[in-house]
Amino acid sequence: MSFDIFLQHLTNGISLGSLYALIAIGYTMVYGILRLINFAHGDIFMMATYFAFYGVITFGVPWYIVFPIVILLTASLGMTLEVAAYRPLRNAPKISIMISAIGASFLLENLAIVIFGGVNKAFPTPEVFTGVVQLGPVSLQKLTFYIPIITVIFLVALLYLINHTKTGMAMRAVSKDHETAGVMGIDVNKTISITFGIGSALAAIGALMWGLKFPQIYPLMGVMPGLKCFIAAVIGGIGNIKGAVLGGFILGVGEIMLVAFLPSDYTGYRDAFAFILLIVVLLFRPTGIMGEKISEKV
Amino acid sequence: MLKIDNLVVAYGGIEALKGISMEVEEGKIITLVGANGAGKSTTLRAIMGLVKPVSGAITYKGSNLLAEKTQNMVRNGIALVPEGRRVFPNLTVLENLKIGAFCRNDEKNIKEDLEWVYHLFPRLKERTWQLAGTLSGGEQQMLAVGRALMSRPKLLMMDEPSLGLAPLVVKEIFNIIKEIHKQGVTILLIEQNANAALHIADIGYVMETGRISLKGTGHELLANQEVKEAYLGKKAK
Ligand SMILES: Nc1ncnc2c1ncn2[C@@H]1O[C@H](COP(=O)(O)OP(=O)(O)OP(=O)(O)O)[C@@H](O)[C@H]1O
Ligand SMILES: [Mg+2]
Repeated sequence: MSFDIFLQHLTNGISLGSLYALIAIGYTMVYGILRLINFAHGDIFMMATYFAFYGVITFGVPWYIVFPIVILLTASLGMTLEVAAYRPLRNAPKISIMISAIGASFLLENLAIVIFGGVNKAFPTPEVFTGVVQLGPVSLQKLTFYIPIITVIFLVALLYLINHTKTGMAMRAVSKDHETAGVMGIDVNKTISITFGIGSALAAIGALMWGLKFPQIYPLMGVMPGLKCFIAAVIGGIGNIKGAVLGGFILGVGEIMLVAFLPSDYTGYRDAFAFILLIVVLLFRPTGIMGEKISEKV
Repeated sequence: MLKIDNLVVAYGGIEALKGISMEVEEGKIITLVGANGAGKSTTLRAIMGLVKPVSGAITYKGSNLLAEKTQNMVRNGIALVPEGRRVFPNLTVLENLKIGAFCRNDEKNIKEDLEWVYHLFPRLKERTWQLAGTLSGGEQQMLAVGRALMSRPKLLMMDEPSLGLAPLVVKEIFNIIKEIHKQGVTILLIEQNANAALHIADIGYVMETGRISLKGTGHELLANQEVKEAYLGKKAK
């Protein structure tokens, strides 16, 4: 295989990895603040693609108006989910909240089947996103090239928000100690709500680009990406945002390379790759690559 | 300023406070001493709205404090140095102090207060950018006090601020408490170190298994035979 082709696969991998990273952040942020695995996150991702479909195809509104609205709608959906399914159980045993998360996931999936229908729909692909760019010896789908750039922009914005704003400081404080954060005058509920909003908005951004890249949408389309991105978050060290990004990229690049370099008989194992990697990483680093050891001074 | 009336608090059916009444007068240092498990921390937690009492009343400046949410206490001028420090380990020293001023928007005064806190605890100034989780226990305690001060409290409640500190640092903390008090802050202090606490207190309360058993000025309690035996470690002759 020539170097050019390797580069081609690498960019594809980075592009897929960007999408995984965007979705994985939602898992890791929610886990960080509530110690909860939001099983419905993949379904929120799916919902975003349908919002876009109806906006552009059914209502015929231009994509550049629809996409920002989709992001806001999806953020509100995530926040509503938290208020309805998780907040009432805030002080309940962990297992109850987990069951509620699984229930919310099934609810969204079945709601989608009922409302949107089980048949695949074609995601709208505006012309600006189609076509090919030539980068030296590598020719790329425009989208493959845009996706990592857009992702990086949002990642930088997110890290700025978390590390350099008052809201971000509140989020970090709440993630360590709800009670003391409340004593400091932080509105804990609002902070958790914002966290769900941001995680869901990023999932929506990922979903829009996913739809452009793989323009077939269906009610269960969030299940596999959701699972893989959860794995990406765990591999990176759940609770750690940079870890989730790293995990997403490792998974995306690994998966593409596996398909590219293994004989075609084995490409069916594409989805198994994530799980194998998860097991290997956890064997050597139970807290994930960037996960912190749990130790506190008493 | 703060009035507690016949307060009963229970954890899962077991009463930790069995109807206590006490008063914190503005501008005073009040101390609450008592053995382990007497209910001292529970009293502060009830004031902060962290536990819901079964019955009784807490009024602050004439209004019902039990109706307030925890997050609004600090806006009302009530700050807590919680038991066990509870600094945010993943935040820097400076961020922890800024969190103390979370509800304030008066940037200029916040800066002044930051300088004041750094003046009280020069150690913290040296370690502005250090993660609080990596501070020594004593430094974390200073940070917890500094963080509470950053809200410019009118009533500062401290739950065992000297716990686990070296004797010299304990002395320093007590001097700082006096200095904070001189700035016009009312103080409600819980201490294992009853001797030191009663020395600086205007009024002391002694708590025994969920009840207030004694009340008096600091000097009265220091001279009291029971207090001497139980809390000051002095045998009666
Ligand atoms: N969350 C809780 N659940 C059940 N019981 C509790 C809880 N918190 C406190 N208690 C009980 O309430 C009683 C009073 O506890 P509290 O923490 O107020 O004591 P304290 O006077 O602060 O003691 P110390 O000096 O050891 O800090 C104790 O018997 C304690 O076991
Ligand atoms: Mg206590």
